Amino acid sequence: MGESAASAIEADVAIVGAGPAGIAAAVHASGAGRRVVVLDAAPRPGGQIWRHQSRESLPGVAREWLDRLDRSGAVTFMSTGVVDAGPGLRLGAEHQGRPIVVHAGSLVIATGAQERFLPFPGWTLPGVMGVGGAQALVKAGMEVGGRRVAVAGTGPLLLPVAAALRRAGADLRLVAEQATAARVLGFAASLWRTPRRLAQAVAYRAAFAGVRYRWGTWVVRVDAAEGELHATYTDGRSTWAEPVDLLCAASGLVPSTELARLLGCAVVDGGVAVDRLQLTSVPNVYAAGEPTGNTGVDAALVEGAIAGLAAAGRGDEAGAYIPARDRHRDFSLRTVSAFRLREELRRRVGPDTIVCRCEDVPYSALRPSWGARQAKLATRAGMGSCQARVCGPAMQYLFGSAADSVRVPLLPTPLGVLADLSESGNDSQGADR
Amino acid sequence: MTTRPDVIVVGAGIVGAACAYYLARQGRRVAVFDASFAGSGTTAAGMGHIVVMDDSEPQFALTSWSQRLLDDLLPELPADAEFDRCGTLWVAEDEPQLEVARRKLSLYHARGVDAELLEGPGLARLEPMLRKGLAGGLRVPGDGVVYPPAVARWLLHEAVRRGASLMEGRRIEAILPRAVRTADGQLHADVVINAAGAEAARLTPRLPIVPRKGHLVITERAPDTCRHQVVELGYLQSAHTMSTASVAFNVQPRPTGQLLLGSSRELVGWDDSINRELLGRMIRRATAFMPGLARLNALRTWTGFRPATPDKLPLIGEWPEVEGLWIAAGHEGLGITTALGTGALLADLIAGHAPVIDAGPFAPGRALPEAA
Amino acid sequence: MSLLVQIRVNGAPLGVPGGSSLAAALLNAGFTAFRMSVHGEPRGPVCGMGTCFECRVTIDGAPGRRACLEPVREGMAVELDG
Repeated sequence: MGESAASAIEADVAIVGAGPAGIAAAVHASGAGRRVVVLDAAPRPGGQIWRHQSRESLPGVAREWLDRLDRSGAVTFMSTGVVDAGPGLRLGAEHQGRPIVVHAGSLVIATGAQERFLPFPGWTLPGVMGVGGAQALVKAGMEVGGRRVAVAGTGPLLLPVAAALRRAGADLRLVAEQATAARVLGFAASLWRTPRRLAQAVAYRAAFAGVRYRWGTWVVRVDAAEGELHATYTDGRSTWAEPVDLLCAASGLVPSTELARLLGCAVVDGGVAVDRLQLTSVPNVYAAGEPTGNTGVDAALVEGAIAGLAAAGRGDEAGAYIPARDRHRDFSLRTVSAFRLREELRRRVGPDTIVCRCEDVPYSALRPSWGARQAKLATRAGMGSCQARVCGPAMQYLFGSAADSVRVPLLPTPLGVLADLSESGNDSQGADR
Repeated sequence: MTTRPDVIVVGAGIVGAACAYYLARQGRRVAVFDASFAGSGTTAAGMGHIVVMDDSEPQFALTSWSQRLLDDLLPELPADAEFDRCGTLWVAEDEPQLEVARRKLSLYHARGVDAELLEGPGLARLEPMLRKGLAGGLRVPGDGVVYPPAVARWLLHEAVRRGASLMEGRRIEAILPRAVRTADGQLHADVVINAAGAEAARLTPRLPIVPRKGHLVITERAPDTCRHQVVELGYLQSAHTMSTASVAFNVQPRPTGQLLLGSSRELVGWDDSINRELLGRMIRRATAFMPGLARLNALRTWTGFRPATPDKLPLIGEWPEVEGLWIAAGHEGLGITTALGTGALLADLIAGHAPVIDAGPFAPGRALPEAA
Repeated sequence: MSLLVQIRVNGAPLGVPGGSSLAAALLNAGFTAFRMSVHGEPRGPVCGMGTCFECRVTIDGAPGRRACLEPVREGMAVELDG
């Protein structure tokens, strides 16, 4: 620290998040002739759903969008985490210990969603991962061949992850969806309007044919015995335990809204509130995809297009996308409704069950009547490295407590970088990439 | 609340909690009110440094007596109060500051406070993270740190055990002669104590208390990097500069191994947002003393409002303008250190007992122009 | 077939496939836990995407880096925290 002030980048449109929404926004904003900068903490674009080591492994639509991004002229900063944002618009980011400041006329927040991890006894044991988490790690090279794997989760993520684990050679033992059969079948029936989605679901299921796939079933606890994990499941009637090498357990997705909240964007029901052109409550700040609460890659692509055009000053051209966006919003609402979490998931916790993983705060230390702030001051819950990304949604689900306010830095950031980012008007010229 | 309390305390921060504690110990019926929850305001924002200060005789008297009161209570404090007698290390950048350190040393020794002067090499042995080339420092081993919200909670818990009531989430709208008004109506008591800290002047407008904003940063765990509360002697200049924004190096090791970093001072009303530029100045001031800090990851930043008075002394005593009203507020950055002394002093004054330290310099009436 | 990259983990050399993330490489090499929790319990990767911070390790002296977001790099020196 010390020698370099932050590198300063000037852009018309800054986009945070290089998943489908961010990519679509970048392509459209760039196509409108604007200088576009995309920032993402991951090493390659694609977000979660299009995560890859080599593009050949991706479906055609993903490859096409990544090619369009390459050709668009947008400048991408990968392995770059946005840690601060403020009026101007001014973003502060960190790339491998170095500060980067971005000045942009408008911003598209395409920060995606994260998994919701609800506590249950044993959830902190090594070998218990997320559902999307396991898929991300497999795509990044984790070997699962021959390992006994179980998946317990909910929602559209479940089937593709099960299929991917099977294709990667896992000894897949159980796929458990917590939603009831009635809800799942009702949701499946609603897919008749979108035959492509229905065919996709059937194909995923076929990819792990022969593996038990249970509805209305969830994991109750995990124990370690003789160096092995044993997961206990229930369907509300019977309860049973099975050994497992890798348990993939999560409870759906929550929008990632930290950046939006730092900027003061209004958030409603956990999603960033946006108007018909994806504009948030903060001038020149747009949000697209999962952060708005509209889940799914189709919604992300359309919302990204609208946001990119609007952020580029071409909102009048976004009209063509709006009917599609409304359709995808309906799909999203149906998804959220079908896979909403059952009450029993609240009752899995015991007094010793860790709720805040970063600070090892057990359920018994927390009072349901506390808000997030009081819980923090009394127990340290939410004060750790993940900055309440894991325990925040957990405590909201368990106690109904709203999240505490968000402050800089959005990610743990070296003090030297934070100091360099704070220097006002002291920026060097141009991009150094 | 069915029976009329003897005392109403407005504010359940550490100062209000200490008042409640000592008054309840006297057998009085105490009702403590807080608009939010106990210890949620300035008490939660500060560093929790328990430090003897010698800027003035009254300040020395109050801080050292408070330290002794805390020492008496240590065996009873719960684990989550996290008391650690890590000592203070005052750091001198240059020879003039080292001279200040020498003067502090003689003053402390003259008053029986254990202190040790160090030249540069000795400093490095005590705190290896400090950069080379510093002139020296003063180590005060009797100082320590606590986690203030837990201390405030414990003091209130002890008061409640002796019959006090704690009313959280109940905002006091006005202080009247021998009464307070809430949304539910009026509550009467012979004694009302304004312990509302930085907000005290909202209820008692002629109190010369203004919010003096400070920034803090906490890092990820970095065990065994820092052993004392390390403060630059230049801090004393920062604390005395009322007008412009200032920063001073101040770092504290937490029991978790995290480092708590401060400090800044500015007068910007009630704007609690993070001032990025001042935050950067504060961090750079810290890394100028401990370069290795630059690599540690900052986890959180926050701000707090110190209740500042013009003469840098708190207001402890009777308020001449309102019948039955007493003040326990205006502690600037020493509220945690001096809470116990404040509570004990006020309890003595209310009871008509001879105070252990001279209460004159703290008399709230000194703020009024008539008092000449 | 990706080339092997040489990294060091807690001082010991380890060959890992180029292109994989550090978290995946460590898991494959048998490191099921990358850090110890506040109360001394072993913890390993969970979210795979950089939000849970359970996979944090020290890389080339920089603490708290998320292994799931770091591609392996020739000569990388990794210390598992705690």
